[in-house]
Amino acid sequence: MIWEIFRQERKGQPFEHAGSVNAPDAEFAEAWAREQYGRRGESVALWLAPREEIRVVDDWADEFELKYRRVDGYSIKARLKEARERAAARAR
Amino acid sequence: MNELLLALADDELVVGWRDSEWTGIAPVLEEDVAFSSIAQNEIGHARAVYELLTDDADALAFDRALDEYRCAPFVELRLLDWAHAIARRWLYEVADEIRIAGLMQDGDPKVAGLAAKINREEAYHRIHAEMWRDLLGETPQFRAAVEELWPYALGMLPVEQREALAARVGRAQVDAVERATHTDELAELWNEMTIVRRSAPAGAQW
Amino acid sequence: MAAVEIPRDEQAFLEYVQAGGQVETTDWLPEDYRRKLIKFIEMHGNSELMGVLPEREWILRAPTLQRKLALTAKVQDEVGHAQLIYRVVEDLGKPREQCLADLVDGKAKFHNVFHYPTKTWGDVGVIAWLVDAAAIISQKALLKCSYAPYARIMKKICWEESFHILHGRDVILALVTGTPEQFELVQEAVNRWWGPLMQFHGNPIPKEEDPMFQWRIKSQGNEEARQQFLEGYVPQILELGLTVPDPKLRRGDDGVWQYSEPDWDELMHVVTGHGPQTEERLALRRRFLEQEQWVRDIVLVA
Repeated sequence: MIWEIFRQERKGQPFEHAGSVNAPDAEFAEAWAREQYGRRGESVALWLAPREEIRVVDDWADEFELKYRRVDGYSIKARLKEARERAAARAR
Repeated sequence: MNELLLALADDELVVGWRDSEWTGIAPVLEEDVAFSSIAQNEIGHARAVYELLTDDADALAFDRALDEYRCAPFVELRLLDWAHAIARRWLYEVADEIRIAGLMQDGDPKVAGLAAKINREEAYHRIHAEMWRDLLGETPQFRAAVEELWPYALGMLPVEQREALAARVGRAQVDAVERATHTDELAELWNEMTIVRRSAPAGAQW
Repeated sequence: MAAVEIPRDEQAFLEYVQAGGQVETTDWLPEDYRRKLIKFIEMHGNSELMGVLPEREWILRAPTLQRKLALTAKVQDEVGHAQLIYRVVEDLGKPREQCLADLVDGKAKFHNVFHYPTKTWGDVGVIAWLVDAAAIISQKALLKCSYAPYARIMKKICWEESFHILHGRDVILALVTGTPEQFELVQEAVNRWWGPLMQFHGNPIPKEEDPMFQWRIKSQGNEEARQQFLEGYVPQILELGLTVPDPKLRRGDDGVWQYSEPDWDELMHVVTGHGPQTEERLALRRRFLEQEQWVRDIVLVA
């Protein structure tokens, strides 16, 4: 069974996918993951999960490109420039 | 006391040396990595105990005459098949736990402290050994290996600790292979272990 | 944001990776790319696994406890690298058991340097110092591999190699500042390993003609890697009072290293399975694989 391993480098850091082991059960997976991802002190914590338990999502629908809800949906440069120019003119 | 500590250190040195023989050729790559850590830990334990006894751990580890080593025949055996290697791992850990528990009660705080440190690291070794025993325990290969190694395992401990070992392993005591004499295998091991070191004058740096 | 669509045609894919794009296991891969990728990564895994054998003999003979521990840890890392690499190959569709079977049957390749014998403790130093250095140069270039799962494991591999280099240097420095006999151990080992080292990065095919570079599996040409090795390590060798057994070796004014033509026939001969130690090492692997098949049958049944 393939077990996916996620490691945390330091407290406060996110858990990142680190690799996988092919192990017969959780005990072996843990023992082997400890070694592969912890023997040089490179992780403070690990999460292990059988690959088949992990649900993969990698397709998206954005047919109408609803940009209003994203940072790249806004282009404020031109208007900001004009607003600043107008404010400067009022101040003179 | 020195004899007991020297026996512990020599056992750890030699079993660590034997276990390190599996680096690169273990049956499963993931296990190869795990087993190698155990071997390194054992040699680390040997070194720590030698350092309680001397300033020059390397000299104590490598430069004695054969009959000055205090290791048990159990660790000297060359076991290059997995069933035997893992059976020894398991029996060794059970026996060592009993021995270390005794040392943790030692009157000398340095000894007790080191024994406690070793014990904490050995916790992972025990989990690992139990894990393999659960997986292979009922196989004919493992059972045969335990049968063959049992007299040697008993001989690793002083007589008064053998009942405890027998109870934990679930076997009746038999005639033990005692520490008294070394095996031919130790001579072979010692030759290989010291061949590079002996090629330069004593005190050479490496 | 709309997901990046990996184009399903070979030309568009080529342009995508050449522009720095990376792909994952579940993306569409051109057949040629997939085949070359598997072969390349598998050879790397085989090399890590075979590289263990020349070094492990010396674990048993290490002259101090410190050296024994360091060498065991180094070799352990290499086994760990093999594990990482074969997992990547397995996720691409070729099971580890098949890779190992092909390896011991002589059907798959591994790097030239691991076909040669190790004769002295001097070899232990030279391997960790120079052979590993040559390998690390290639490995750093792989950090940008277009196949992301491989690029990601290269990060861990490169991180672990950092102590290997220091260990190698430390072993060499102890020997060259020891007895005259110990100095000679190093010089003799350098003399023997120089040829294979110069062949290691492969013959200098131009990047444009190297499919591995075209697909951005490798991001560096062979000659570029070799030049990097010479630039980094010849000064290190010379400053210790050692010599390099190539009278033509010199650095040109343009910064390009000149050297005697490596023996490309020897390289071809060796990597096709005719090195001095090839048979013996494959036989050792085969012996232990067969002997412990029963263990794998139980471990991998789940």
